[in-house]
Amino acid sequence: MTTTLDKPAPTRDGARSLVDTVFRAREISIGGALVLLILGTWIANPGFLDDQGIKDLLLNSSILVLLAVGQSVVVITRNIDLSVGSVTGLTAFACGHFVSGTDRSAFTVVLLGLGLGVVCGLVSGALVSFGRVPALVVTLGMLYVVQGVDHAWAHGEQINAVNVPDAVLALGTGSILGIPYLPLISAVVLVATGYFLRTYRSGRELYAIGSNPEAARLAGIPIRRRILAAYAFSGAVAGFAGALWLARFGTVVADATNGWELTVVSAVVVGGVAITGGTGAVWGAALGALLLTTIGSALVVLKVDSFWQQAITGVLLLAAITTDRIVQVRTTSALRKRSRR
Amino acid sequence: MTAFTKYVRWDTVVTVLLVAVFLAGAGTTGGFADTSNLSAALDDTAEIALIALPMTLLVVAGQVDLSVASMLGLSSALAGALWDAGWAFELIVPVCLLVGAAGGLLNGWLVTRIGLPSLAVTIGTLTLYRGLASVVLGDKAVADFPDAYAQWAAYTRTVPGTFVPYPVALFVVLAVITAVVLHCTGFGRSLFAIGAQEDAAYFAGVRVKRIKIALFAVSGLVASFAGIVYTLRYGSARADNGIGLELVVIASVLLGGVDFDGGKGTLGGAVAGVLLIGLLGNLLTLNDVSNEVQVIVTGLLLIASVLTPRVISAVSERRHLPDQI
Repeated sequence: MTTTLDKPAPTRDGARSLVDTVFRAREISIGGALVLLILGTWIANPGFLDDQGIKDLLLNSSILVLLAVGQSVVVITRNIDLSVGSVTGLTAFACGHFVSGTDRSAFTVVLLGLGLGVVCGLVSGALVSFGRVPALVVTLGMLYVVQGVDHAWAHGEQINAVNVPDAVLALGTGSILGIPYLPLISAVVLVATGYFLRTYRSGRELYAIGSNPEAARLAGIPIRRRILAAYAFSGAVAGFAGALWLARFGTVVADATNGWELTVVSAVVVGGVAITGGTGAVWGAALGALLLTTIGSALVVLKVDSFWQQAITGVLLLAAITTDRIVQVRTTSALRKRSRR
Repeated sequence: MTAFTKYVRWDTVVTVLLVAVFLAGAGTTGGFADTSNLSAALDDTAEIALIALPMTLLVVAGQVDLSVASMLGLSSALAGALWDAGWAFELIVPVCLLVGAAGGLLNGWLVTRIGLPSLAVTIGTLTLYRGLASVVLGDKAVADFPDAYAQWAAYTRTVPGTFVPYPVALFVVLAVITAVVLHCTGFGRSLFAIGAQEDAAYFAGVRVKRIKIALFAVSGLVASFAGIVYTLRYGSARADNGIGLELVVIASVLLGGVDFDGGKGTLGGAVAGVLLIGLLGNLLTLNDVSNEVQVIVTGLLLIASVLTPRVISAVSERRHLPDQI
């Protein structure tokens, strides 16, 4: 596994900018693709980037961005959380059930979502870290359990927007200076998480664990606690996303978020967070989420036949991870050549 | 690993569980052990069982194929579209199988030549193949398949003298072949080698890339065949047939004790896992347990299946500790 952990110390010659560029290539290539896509769509249909268009784009992507940030923290430790989609669905329904017909505040709803999410995350995390069982199996199991609980509880019933208090709905529709709350919230979570991973010792240790668990253990990193924390965080984010989902849409059915886990994992993978752990940044994952959402919106705006949309998304997904991989291989061999000199 | 795993293998435990579920069902639920019900229960798991065979090989080799359910849907949609266009059914089947193999080859090519992790690749092709299915058939449903073929997949038509429906009989044959290949041949050993340590396997002379490509191709081929079975069984070709089935297949295989990290597992265990989930689902349905609760039971079983051996071995380790010191 290659890691970006050991960044070379900055030197004064031109090498620095090259190395810097090279190490950021993943995020740059995804960002470039995103810009191209947006520009292309905008040229084809100027309505894509009017006020409402931008607002829609931001709103549509913010929940996925949140989930991708939470997921990448787990993936960086060489684990995976497949239960995020169902946890989001369950918390959305639970929050809706909790506020239906009452005048509870948005704050309590968010708190409830966070709490439920943390509990789910802690269960998965404890099984993975203390039970020492493969993350994919555990979180697949959790996916079924949470989904089953959600469906059994909802049982064909749905939460309707008319019963959701205005204070909660305002969280999903309100804005500051024309920017809706949702993307602002996602941006805050993104920046905070990115800063934490990059700057704090415990954040760097997550990379160490994903890069080489055995070496991390020998270096004295409390692996189990860190992995547990990563899952708790991912769960909290999923729960938070559930509360926001309720605020944004008001209407919640049991299977609203079925299948999301794979979309979230796609966003993370497209964003250059290696599924094998130890590499990547939350910025990349957020860009990946933004890219996936933008592809969806662009295809609608460009009036692509709806039957074609999923196939095109699939091709672009494959193209993104393939390009990313080729760039990575090229830069690795370039760096090797450079260090040989 | 430890005392527990030294004497009792997980696939044995799953098999015992399977027998226990069967006996409990036969004892408590009228009609469960009837041959007609067993035929129906087995037929219901036919696609999952078929796809689980190559999936076991893939997981043993440290890979995974999440695109199988989408390939099932694509094959079903293609069969429907071609039947609609007036093709002969005898021609449709090989075309669908070819498409399946080609889809599998694409997975294998991306994994081996580009060097991408199979989880990432097959998430991409999961979306692509499902998308192609809706391109091929849109939101139509094609239903009027020839009776002779639809009968072939129905649980009411069984191999004479037994209660085994034809797709299941075919599965049994394929399972025996796969078991022999996995456990009795050099090829099978090389799969375990790749799963345990890919680099070591490569230096030991295993043609890692070629084998991986072949595995993905077979996986695609079998998934497309399962798509035909699915179409005939439900008498309906749709682009969204079998959505989400990939997770059930993987859950069954993992439940059977095949290690997701590769290098460990038995085909018998995987088959027992498939049958356990299938029979349990049937038993719960007969007892009017809702589908939601069945989903929860599957999840708990899956978690228990990975947790139990570890808990038991941890306990027995602790108990044996004084002797060792």
